[in-house]
Amino acid sequence: MVAEAIIRTVNLNSYFSSLQVLKNINLEINRNEILGIIGPANSGKTTFLRALNRLNYLDPAYSQDGEIFLANQNISDLSDTVLRKKIGIIFALPQVLPVSIYDNVAYGPRVHGTTQRKKVSEIVEDALRKAYLWDEVKDRLDLPAPRLSGGQQQRLCIARTLAVEPEVILYDEPCSGLDPISTAKVEDAMQQLKENYTQILVTNNTKQAARVSERCGFFLMGELVEIGETSAIFTHPRDKRTDDYVSGRFG
Amino acid sequence: MNGARTRQKVAFFVLGVATLLVMAPIAMTILYIIKNGIGAVTWQFITESPRNGMKEGGIFPAIVGTILLVIGTMVFSLPLGILSAVYLVEYARDNIFTRMIKLSVVNLSGIPSVVYGLFGFTLFVIFLKLGTSILAGSLTLAIMSLPVIITATKEALEAVPASFREISLSLGATKWQTVRHCVLPYAVPGILTGTVLSLSRAAGETAPILFTVAAFYLPRLPRSVFDQVMALPYHLYVISTQVPNMPMRLSFATGFVLIALVFLMNLVSIVLRAHFRKKKQW
Repeated sequence: MVAEAIIRTVNLNSYFSSLQVLKNINLEINRNEILGIIGPANSGKTTFLRALNRLNYLDPAYSQDGEIFLANQNISDLSDTVLRKKIGIIFALPQVLPVSIYDNVAYGPRVHGTTQRKKVSEIVEDALRKAYLWDEVKDRLDLPAPRLSGGQQQRLCIARTLAVEPEVILYDEPCSGLDPISTAKVEDAMQQLKENYTQILVTNNTKQAARVSERCGFFLMGELVEIGETSAIFTHPRDKRTDDYVSGRFG
Repeated sequence: MNGARTRQKVAFFVLGVATLLVMAPIAMTILYIIKNGIGAVTWQFITESPRNGMKEGGIFPAIVGTILLVIGTMVFSLPLGILSAVYLVEYARDNIFTRMIKLSVVNLSGIPSVVYGLFGFTLFVIFLKLGTSILAGSLTLAIMSLPVIITATKEALEAVPASFREISLSLGATKWQTVRHCVLPYAVPGILTGTVLSLSRAAGETAPILFTVAAFYLPRLPRSVFDQVMALPYHLYVISTQVPNMPMRLSFATGFVLIALVFLMNLVSIVLRAHFRKKKQW
């Protein structure tokens, strides 16, 4: 089977003011895969991730050139709202709104025009089930979301993203603030979501990339050094720098 | 070691005395006014019009006038101030133009109130032909209140965590949906505080209403926004300086009512703020 690319970046360069943080990134991401992105701090991983749904532009100093295609459509032809509905993101620290669990998940569908109570409730339940949170919160959906544990909050964020029915989900070091058990639950959820979603996982934790991803890319100082099957990257990488990083000699 | 502890004690003492010194004049002013005025504050005093050269009767028209002026000020300054602050914080790009606007806002708050009074007189009363009226007075007070409302709203908006905006935008919400649902609700307590502060200042100002609305003696209630009214601060000024043989206790009683009115407004805002805080915590 030939894997179909859902996201393709062509000569992507990113800058914050005059500082270049991504250098000529050419990358293809296949539909329904989990792509891991590893690399030390300041390697451009997060900038790459946030370039995909244009969140970088929230910083007025940001600029980029090159092209990004989503399902063969240049994303510069899509409005911010349409693009971000299709490409959702999970932030590093669980970022919940200080409203109820229910309202957190319902926020997306509501801003996209779903107002019928019954329909919203269905979406909320469905999203919470997919994020493996439903059984833990179904009796207290009106509880303020900040009262959940960190791991629950992060799965709530996944549910919130799922509720707008994206095609691609970006994870920006989603487990950096979580304990191992919560991390395992988030990873479980990711494995289950593979059937219907393309997922990109930026992580500082190389072991997590090894556990979860099918293919893996290594970023260093704004360059994509190497990308390939995760097993290959971790067992016999082609580039010396990748070898040094995954075997823990730096970073 | 011992020296450090002694120095700490001295520092605490100095800080404590400074705090007391701040509180003392406030407490003394209020106590003095209550002590001298409370005896004259009767039901009659609050609900009747002044009689006999203002030496008898009550201050009802002035109370109504001040309340109307506060409402009028609110009507003009609240939407304008809050909307422009939202624009400055959420939409405006950081360039020379917006920096100039921000600088003007800061400078506006430093202008003496009598200058606002003169400005309101020439612009609203004469040029726009509104006459000395509630409308002209409210507009003048509104302009005076704007800088405080804008600054307070700006600070309240900036205090809302940037992550709230990121969450909303990342889910595909528009900028306006983000502001409306993920920023403004959390800024309400701060906006409320600043607004009430500026409105209570407007309620107590004499200079801006001197030429634009205040009547020396008008013992009936206004019939439209183009009427003049009596207002508490100006009435207080008049009876304290312009009327010979005025019983002092009436001045103090008027002052007491004015303070009580402002205190009541602050109380309402504190209750509202507590209510919103409870609902929106982060």
